[in-house]
Amino acid sequence: MSENREGFLAGSRLERVLRSGRFAVTAELNPPDSADPQEVYDAALVLSQVCDAINATDASGAHCHMSSVAICALLTRAGYEPVYQVSCRDRNRIAIQGDLLGAAAMGVRNVLCLTGDDVTAGDQPEAKRVFDFDSIQLLRTARIMRDRGVFLSGRKLTTPPRFFLGAASNPFVPPYDWRPLRLAKKVEAGANFIQTQYCFDIARFREFMRRVRDLGLHEKVYILVGVGPLRSEKAAEFMRTKVPGVHIPDAIVERLRKTPKPRKREEGKRICIEIIQQVREIEGVAGIHVMAYRQEELVAEIVEEAGLLPRPLRVGAADERRREHPRKWPRR
Amino acid sequence: MSLGAWLRNHPAALERAYLFTHRLFERLDPLFARMGYERAERLVRWPEELGKKLVFDCRMCGQCILHSTGMTCPMTCPKNLRNGPCGGVRGNGHCEVKPEMRCVWVEAYERSRAMPRFGDEIALIQPPVNRRLQGTSAWINMLTGVDARTPRGWEMGSQA
Ligand code: SF4
Repeated sequence: MSENREGFLAGSRLERVLRSGRFAVTAELNPPDSADPQEVYDAALVLSQVCDAINATDASGAHCHMSSVAICALLTRAGYEPVYQVSCRDRNRIAIQGDLLGAAAMGVRNVLCLTGDDVTAGDQPEAKRVFDFDSIQLLRTARIMRDRGVFLSGRKLTTPPRFFLGAASNPFVPPYDWRPLRLAKKVEAGANFIQTQYCFDIARFREFMRRVRDLGLHEKVYILVGVGPLRSEKAAEFMRTKVPGVHIPDAIVERLRKTPKPRKREEGKRICIEIIQQVREIEGVAGIHVMAYRQEELVAEIVEEAGLLPRPLRVGAADERRREHPRKWPRR
Repeated sequence: MSLGAWLRNHPAALERAYLFTHRLFERLDPLFARMGYERAERLVRWPEELGKKLVFDCRMCGQCILHSTGMTCPMTCPKNLRNGPCGGVRGNGHCEVKPEMRCVWVEAYERSRAMPRFGDEIALIQPPVNRRLQGTSAWINMLTGVDARTPRGWEMGSQA
């Protein structure tokens, strides 16, 4: 691995926080359906005060939004710390490698390599699915670009990108036995950190982490557990039937159903905080990743009430960089 | 149940059949070399396609890794994944994209557990697909070695 003088792969804030052994918090930004950068900044402002890095999703659920690479470029310009999500669904290997270089040039240091939800999950199911790479091939290619300074073809890069590389894991869907081994494969391919799918099933997650520890993976990769608030039992029902890969146990749906309407939102938040507190106790968990789709205003409350402030954590060098929120983007 | 499905649920037997065919083709290699691989390919391709379509619903990617994936064709995964399941698998083990179909990788993993010889190869990292081989005979490609050829950068990755 190519590490710099201080021993960092990328030196991103996320990497520094994790390497220092502190509990990390990342959060997902709701990408705008807009050409106005201000919408990105408004969404980022709220999140940036309660997390260490902000994920820019790549048309998740196969719904088109502002591209992740552009969101990341806007975020780095303002001194924010993005996690650039790259999915294999829409672009072939040529486009992906070009975007990785472009993102690095724009100051992106964290990359999350994903398979991607299928086109049929979105509102344009007629689209062509690409999947030229799978997530593991993508991950390894990104690592080759960083560590070997070449494209997949072997052609040399004049300056290789510096990336802290991430991958996803979903311990909550079959084949359960294989999930820890698939994680091992991702570590072998180059994953430095993992962000999991939504965790609502603590028992299942404990079992997964037990296997992960048996394999010694928790010492090789930082695992951030996906969490998020549910608005109501209807939202839970929608998520577990319509959003690919989300598993929510009946007990949680039931708990929301029994809660009187005006308190449902609060209850959803409580559940989320309880889950955070429980996963924090599990050996090998390095942080959380908050996904609060259309409830971004709740992220701050959740992080605060879970006792995870102040954020972002101070990490030295990365803090020296200018951080100020552009109130108004100059319009022409 | 179709013949193919029945056979696929006997992975240990299929594994033996694979090994047998593998040896057979190695034996035939000098013959193929003499007649020229291009001609051999024309000869081998159609029976290969016929047989593998029937048994594996093969998509003729030309770089067969069946024995490393539980004798289950990874190209039948709608996302063409070669390294394992996506995160979209449904709670009942069915595919995210085709709810009526069991996830290819759920089946691949189960079957690999019943394969004493190649079962553990499911943990291998598979390189990106060489799309130029689509439609050609994987057996001939195995003999000529083109199926195992990966881009130079990829090879450098294994030393990293
Ligand atoms: S659920 Fe299984 S078969 Fe379906 S796309 Fe994902 S990995 Fe492929």
